Amino acid sequence: MTGSRIPGAFAQAKAEGRTAIIPFLTAGFPTLAESEEIFLAMVRGGVDAIEVGVPFSDPLADGATIQRSSEVAIANGVSLDDCISLVRRLRETHGVTIPLILMGYYNPIFHYGCEQFAHDAAAAGVDGVIVPDLPTEESDDLLAACRAHGIDFIFLLAPTSTDQRISDVAERASGYIYCVSLTGVTGGRSSLPDLGPYLARVREKSTLPLAIGFGISTPDHIRQVAAVGDGAIIGSALINVVEQAPEGGRAAAAESFIRGLADAAKS
Amino acid sequence: MALDVADPGLSIPANLPDEHGRFGQFGGKYAPETLMPALDELETAYHEAMLDPAFAAELKVLSRYFVGRPTPLYHAKRLSEIAGGAQIWFKREDLAHTGAHKINNALGQGLLAKRMGKPRVIAETGAGQHGVATATVCALLGLECVVYMGEVDVARQSPNVFRMKLLGAEVRPVTSGSRTLKDALNEAVRDWVTNVDNTFYIIGTVAGMHPYPMIVRDFQSVIGREARAQCIEFLGRMPDYVVACVGGGSNAMGIFHAFVHDPDVALIGVEAGGHGLASGMHSASLVAGEVGVLHGSKSYVLQDAHGQIREAHSISAGLDYPGVGPELAYLKDMGRASFVAITDDEALEGFQLLCRKEGIIPALESSHAVQYAMALAKEVGDPEKMILVNLSGRGDKDLNTVSQALGVSL
Repeated sequence: MTGSRIPGAFAQAKAEGRTAIIPFLTAGFPTLAESEEIFLAMVRGGVDAIEVGVPFSDPLADGATIQRSSEVAIANGVSLDDCISLVRRLRETHGVTIPLILMGYYNPIFHYGCEQFAHDAAAAGVDGVIVPDLPTEESDDLLAACRAHGIDFIFLLAPTSTDQRISDVAERASGYIYCVSLTGVTGGRSSLPDLGPYLARVREKSTLPLAIGFGISTPDHIRQVAAVGDGAIIGSALINVVEQAPEGGRAAAAESFIRGLADAAKS
Repeated sequence: MALDVADPGLSIPANLPDEHGRFGQFGGKYAPETLMPALDELETAYHEAMLDPAFAAELKVLSRYFVGRPTPLYHAKRLSEIAGGAQIWFKREDLAHTGAHKINNALGQGLLAKRMGKPRVIAETGAGQHGVATATVCALLGLECVVYMGEVDVARQSPNVFRMKLLGAEVRPVTSGSRTLKDALNEAVRDWVTNVDNTFYIIGTVAGMHPYPMIVRDFQSVIGREARAQCIEFLGRMPDYVVACVGGGSNAMGIFHAFVHDPDVALIGVEAGGHGLASGMHSASLVAGEVGVLHGSKSYVLQDAHGQIREAHSISAGLDYPGVGPELAYLKDMGRASFVAITDDEALEGFQLLCRKEGIIPALESSHAVQYAMALAKEVGDPEKMILVNLSGRGDKDLNTVSQALGVSL
């Protein structure tokens, strides 16, 4: 239905008997240049897709880690335009072929203009968008623009989502569905809740790949996700690794962390 | 009064918001998925409560005997003389229990929390008036209470922080972003996303995601209903102008709502002009902002060229917010209400004038409306005209801020 690279990436991971590894990093954190290096290092580390975080001043679904990274990126002057340009460089300069997804809050996109945004993002090589404050009820404008330009609109579901809401998302979604693992904000956690019954409810309504995010921090979590889902999204834990690594060693630290998770995805 | 309106600018539907939580293009529910079922549940519970005579009766009794309603309609004679034009009248919300209009909404939502069986309440606060009101209601109703407050506001409104603690609430300072009201709101939403099962979020203003702008307006609309009835009963007339300060907009919507369909009553919202609009350091979302999405609704917001929310500024913590309620944005676009800005310095003038000439120490928020009303009264110039000002709160909480601004050490 779309020219997106997303279905192929999930199909390949599935054929290889593993869950897809999808890291999230805020573009512009710790600097725009370093985030670009880290994205490339993670591609070398064998990730299946990348969520490029678009910084926003008021990230109300995010915990302290991503908030902090967002504040740093904004202080670095990184805007939605910069994020789109970053994707273009990853494609054109560095030849990245895995799916690249922009994830960010609605106001910068609304301000940019939904149609213009979808046009520019698609031209740069964006495959999907995730907007955590745009539930199905408010998604019409951006969804139409994304469809027109072959970009997958990736909706979020939560453990609190009713069956009706799951159906509404299933009707509109393409690419994959972002299943929020827990009732809460983003941020590393020591353990995940039982995902089985919730994922089963979503499976009943949709044949799309289901990627699980929020709280995923360790190889054990990846194994837990692999048992029920098709992809694992790793955000805050990765940002923590980047934050703790010494300057100059951040890309290597991210690559090594991601390799550890990718290994767990195979087992 | 004629409800049958000829002016096309007044062709405003009676039942807003619509079923999508929209006031024209404004409003909506731009919320994380995790909260969407809770917002639906809240809307359903609210409509059920509104149809339940027992709920209305409890609200009415507590409003009368706990809050002290109705608040007086008061002729500010000396102020009117000084202005030398139109007559200035106050709706004395500063006399409501806890010292501001915020209690009207906190009481309504607190009763709703209790009815929904939620044992834990959270709230955000700027000046601390909504936090104090919520803490008060939670003490009254036996609910656990956590209030999020920006670190900057904790410092400048310390008397209210202590009041909240005395009332048994936990005050959590917020250190992210600009460390003011908008960040307190973010943090409260994060808490709600995490604890949505047992927690009721009492939003203090007519902003945020549907159904909050509607619920807060409805609970605050008692201000305008009373004032309108008082004008008719005691003065046999309607006011020519209704003036209220606007931060998020709860006291403005509260007094405007009853007058929206009175075509001869001008509605004027007074935003915080801070250091002046040209300085960029202000909180005038309606006067100087652009359409955007913040905290779950589409409205006017202060933002930069890339859609990042700008930090607001005002001497008054309660107006220090870069967004505004969607219904006010709608009234602006429909031409039904107009909006102006008053600077920090002007508000301080209004504050002092009211202290000295009327014996009322007003909140800095309300001082913006007072100062504008003085200028308006002069400009109107006709002693037969009547300006009704929502004196939304009292100023005890602002003594530190004012003494600093005036260079007086306490």
